[in-house]
Amino acid sequence: MAMAEEKKLLITLESGEAEQPFRWSAGIYGSRFLTELRDNKRFVGIRCPKCGKVYVPPRRVCGPCFVELSELVPVSDEGEIVTYTVVSFGFVDPATGKQKPVPYGYAVIKLDGADTYLLHYVDETDPAKIRVGARVKAVFEEERTGSMLDIKHFELLER
Amino acid sequence: MTKQRSSRPDVNGKELINEAVRMALDDAGMTRKDIDAVVIGNMDHFEGINYVDTWSVDGSGALMKPIMKLTTGGTTGSTIAMAAYYHVASGLFDRVLAIGWEKNSESDTTGAIITAFDPFWDRPIFAGAVAGLALEATQYMHLTGATEEDAAYVAVRERKHALNNPYAHLHMNLTIEDVMKSPYLSWPVKMGDMCPRTDGACALVFASEDVAEDFPQKPAWFLGVANRHLWAYTSDPYVNQAIENGWWFPAMEWSAKELYDKVGITDPLEQIDVAELYLPYSFAGLRYMESLGFCGRGEGPALVRSGAFDMGGKCPVNPSGGVMSSNAIGATGLIRVAECVWQIQGRAGDRQVPEVKVALATGFGGCFWSDIMLLGADKPEKVRG
Repeated sequence: MAMAEEKKLLITLESGEAEQPFRWSAGIYGSRFLTELRDNKRFVGIRCPKCGKVYVPPRRVCGPCFVELSELVPVSDEGEIVTYTVVSFGFVDPATGKQKPVPYGYAVIKLDGADTYLLHYVDETDPAKIRVGARVKAVFEEERTGSMLDIKHFELLER
Repeated sequence: MTKQRSSRPDVNGKELINEAVRMALDDAGMTRKDIDAVVIGNMDHFEGINYVDTWSVDGSGALMKPIMKLTTGGTTGSTIAMAAYYHVASGLFDRVLAIGWEKNSESDTTGAIITAFDPFWDRPIFAGAVAGLALEATQYMHLTGATEEDAAYVAVRERKHALNNPYAHLHMNLTIEDVMKSPYLSWPVKMGDMCPRTDGACALVFASEDVAEDFPQKPAWFLGVANRHLWAYTSDPYVNQAIENGWWFPAMEWSAKELYDKVGITDPLEQIDVAELYLPYSFAGLRYMESLGFCGRGEGPALVRSGAFDMGGKCPVNPSGGVMSSNAIGATGLIRVAECVWQIQGRAGDRQVPEVKVALATGFGGCFWSDIMLLGADKPEKVRG
């Protein structure tokens, strides 16, 4: 039998709208970070008492030092681009089950005062207009729910 | 291994696994009864079906045998190889079956990859491997001045090599121009730069030194292995790629250094005869050559373009066509090892590299994780972790 004919006889099963809900925990410091974003449009990090590194978002353990962290510190809503891309391929966003709208600017961002980086959107879809080291500033959503998506995107301050 | 294909609707996971297992057992002159233990793995979220170690026992041959399941992201297949090696090298088992498989056709690969990451900090924004690798490519070009054409050279080489491999998924005779003209998936990464998504399985028999020479095929010996898995969140790896600690790609650089020190490799380009590397996209074929010590930082493009890693070059890379020609993710790292074994045995057909004594296999995945293994034609004087 021809391959195409044979394939027509094979049954596949679509999972369709099936959904398995989960309830995840952000932890104490993760919750503080998200609350600050939501209520005050501010960023907080956490400082390692041993190496001094400031983690943003805060995490409870510094992996290299393997000590517990507790000192929350404010960090800026401005920073610079470490590396970037412009996402233009289509894919299913597992949070919505729908195609993610493309294209969009996407970058690793170092906030002033942080030692770790954030992954987020940039308000530019022409890669020629973005550069490593460019200054950016967070733009917040009007309606905020306590999520990384409370940050609408980072605005390029220089193009 | 099974022929790697874009879609295998004629089999379910268990049946696909069984194809590879029967091929491996036949090749080793064994039956299911001869197997002492099984190591198996894939990435559950690509199929949305968990616990392959349980539901595959009819197909894997693990019925009523010790079985261990592993999932480590892109490194899954190479981690399976390492775990099977640990099983036999420890002296606890003589004959261990290692199985890696995936049916990437069963879901949206990017969407599924995203679900492997943190629901608060990564998932809302993370756009999977393609965009993550694009961030790496941008940073690499920024640091070194490498170009998209340099990367396209790698994409063309890998696809050219795949033409010699009947098991490969993609058989494409491309030019650099074809790659440069292919649409951007995530700038600077184009369609031609990226691996496909594939359905396939691979199985290998690992034997202890006590029984390794009893098989019909000459053994390929493990000279040593090393691995480093680090970083928790998707934006972490770029931190120290900013050179702040003197490391660009610590997981790969550290594991390579550890392994070369253990085995006595001081000049990889001279001492390694062939390499099957987990290069998921073209820019990896520039940068990872530096991370693996084949040349200094920023020297990847010139060495690659010199033809050193082409068939007939000093150390051919991916005679099989590599990951850019077939990527059934849970099988991919194990296929690198299988290809090295065939190269050492002289059974690699049209993609055979002459007189292979030492072969390098790697796995790559997760947040820039690295597994690395050296195999050899000659039995090493001692077992190395």
